[in-house]
Amino acid sequence: MNMPITPQKPAKKLSLKDNYNLLTRGLGWETSYQDMDKVFAQDKFEGIKIHDWDKWEDPFRLTMDAYWKYQGEKEKKLYAIVDAFQQNNGQFNVTDARYINTLKLFLTGVSPLEYQAHRGFAMVGRNFRGTSARIAAQMQAIDELRHAQTQAHTISHYNKFFSGLHDPTHMFDRVWYLSVPKSYFEDAMSAGPFEFITAISFSFEYVLTNLLFMPFMSGAAYNGDMATVTFGFSAQSDESRHMTLGLEVVKFILEQDPDNVPIVQKWLDKWFWRGYRLLTLVSMMMDYMLPKKVMSWAEAWEMYFEQNGGALFNDLARYGIRMPKYHEVASKEKHRLSHEAWATFYNFSHAAAFHTWVPEESEMKWLAEKYPTTFDSLYRPRFEHWREQQQKGERFSNGTLPMLCQVCQVPMFFTEPDDPTKICFRETTYRDEKFHFCSDGCKDIFGNEPEKYVQAWLPVHQIYQGNCFRPGTDPTAPGFEPLAEVLQYYGFHVGEDGGEYLGSLDARNWTQWTGKPAVAE
Amino acid sequence: MSAVIKEKDRVFVAFQTNDDTRSIVEAIEADNAEAIVSRYPAMVKIEVPGRLVIRRETIEDLIGRAYDLRELHINLISISGNIEESDDELVLHWNQH
Ligand SMILES: [Fe+2]
Ligand SMILES: [Fe+2]
Ligand SMILES: [Zn+2]
Repeated sequence: MNMPITPQKPAKKLSLKDNYNLLTRGLGWETSYQDMDKVFAQDKFEGIKIHDWDKWEDPFRLTMDAYWKYQGEKEKKLYAIVDAFQQNNGQFNVTDARYINTLKLFLTGVSPLEYQAHRGFAMVGRNFRGTSARIAAQMQAIDELRHAQTQAHTISHYNKFFSGLHDPTHMFDRVWYLSVPKSYFEDAMSAGPFEFITAISFSFEYVLTNLLFMPFMSGAAYNGDMATVTFGFSAQSDESRHMTLGLEVVKFILEQDPDNVPIVQKWLDKWFWRGYRLLTLVSMMMDYMLPKKVMSWAEAWEMYFEQNGGALFNDLARYGIRMPKYHEVASKEKHRLSHEAWATFYNFSHAAAFHTWVPEESEMKWLAEKYPTTFDSLYRPRFEHWREQQQKGERFSNGTLPMLCQVCQVPMFFTEPDDPTKICFRETTYRDEKFHFCSDGCKDIFGNEPEKYVQAWLPVHQIYQGNCFRPGTDPTAPGFEPLAEVLQYYGFHVGEDGGEYLGSLDARNWTQWTGKPAVAE
Repeated sequence: MSAVIKEKDRVFVAFQTNDDTRSIVEAIEADNAEAIVSRYPAMVKIEVPGRLVIRRETIEDLIGRAYDLRELHINLISISGNIEESDDELVLHWNQH
């Protein structure tokens, strides 16, 4: 037996800091037979100067043992609840079937971004030469894959009962409004690693993500959707770590060299505006798509951007960083954004994979209270007109296709910063071609990188060029209906997935299966 | 001359509402005199002007067992401010304070 003669006391537990340092310091090495600049070919071309990668600190100092332990706990908790939800027909406990449309938008527009984030962080993890930065990126890549999987798994249960949820990845790559999130993320992924991490970790996750997840999850809970609250919270527990990393990353870059400051400021301006335009979809979800509403878009913007974001940028002022350009335009738009967006989707509902509807009288009252300066005067009359049309059996829909902004790819429905009755158009000429923008923010972004944005895959242009038909389609055949063919190409179940909610398959099934009215009182 | 006293920028932390976080919220209220607690469906948010501290010992006193501050991750929803974390406490703050 080789028992020690003098039994030793168990080693003292390492402090959090020592433990983290052991994980992240000295793990990398200087290459000998290949130049380091060739091994890490992408972390210099953006002009960011890093002198000491060891100054990178993960704020939570999460080590691998703790990571797997807590992630494992989160997964067990999530799947136990998802099981209980399915076994108890939880899908019928939501307020009414209108609510399901928020899930359709989420699964087709947001969950694929989780997967994109997984790929993006795997890429930056490869491209940074600092060890602790690579470990942080690795953990986040795994987190994001988990989010994509748990969302697909949880929402797949709803797919057994409701339309529009059957093929999110196919739709993501094709459908007109989904090119908004898709192009946003591909813009970030095709930038360098420092721009990617500033765009996603800081501008999106730290500055803007509260506007997506806080009201979305609280809204899901309020509307009785136990499954979504659960995957949402499970993802968000990782997200709070990602947000913190976002702030830490930006501080690290700014502290490394004063030359980094103007580069970062330019990215903050760009990615604030890109992210804000993406959130247009969230604004209409909050104000129109949640049958029971938690807070208005304007309130959320005030709380999470104007106050929290304001505090953040006050803090960053010591580095010479200012508020992102055009933040004041976003504040001017807060009383109209959701109304303009929902009206546009109402117009083009027949070409979407989710339903739209005119808000109920009680909802219009709520909207008027939340938007006293705009709703009754500017938006209510339009809804009342549409409601009358619908009652006459002439539900309005728009037979043409909208012009899209070359940068954010949102249809050009936004209005002038100082005139909510006038559509905002901007244009520029580049290499003898004309390009159109929804705002000065998007026009500036184009102006800084025109070579990138002239390549944008704009769904409406692509449809008109004949690139959105299934293989083998003959557009010259007699009786050819281009729009019907495009919807087939999108993978929609035409006549089920989109269009008016009242009288839809979802609405009829809801009443038949639950005995409850299609629109909750 | 009178100085204008402006409220300090707030930091915040938000948790899921559940049995685990009830004691955490209580501990934060005990350690931060200026804490403002807002309850939303399924979510609780605590804001403090300038600086917020979460102390391990206060939580341990309330739950009656050893607590690793990293357990906070399980129920965390969102957070703002710069973070300083040690084995004993987690501090959120804005730098001007
Ligand atoms: Fe995520
Ligand atoms: Fe994330
Ligand atoms: Zn735009």
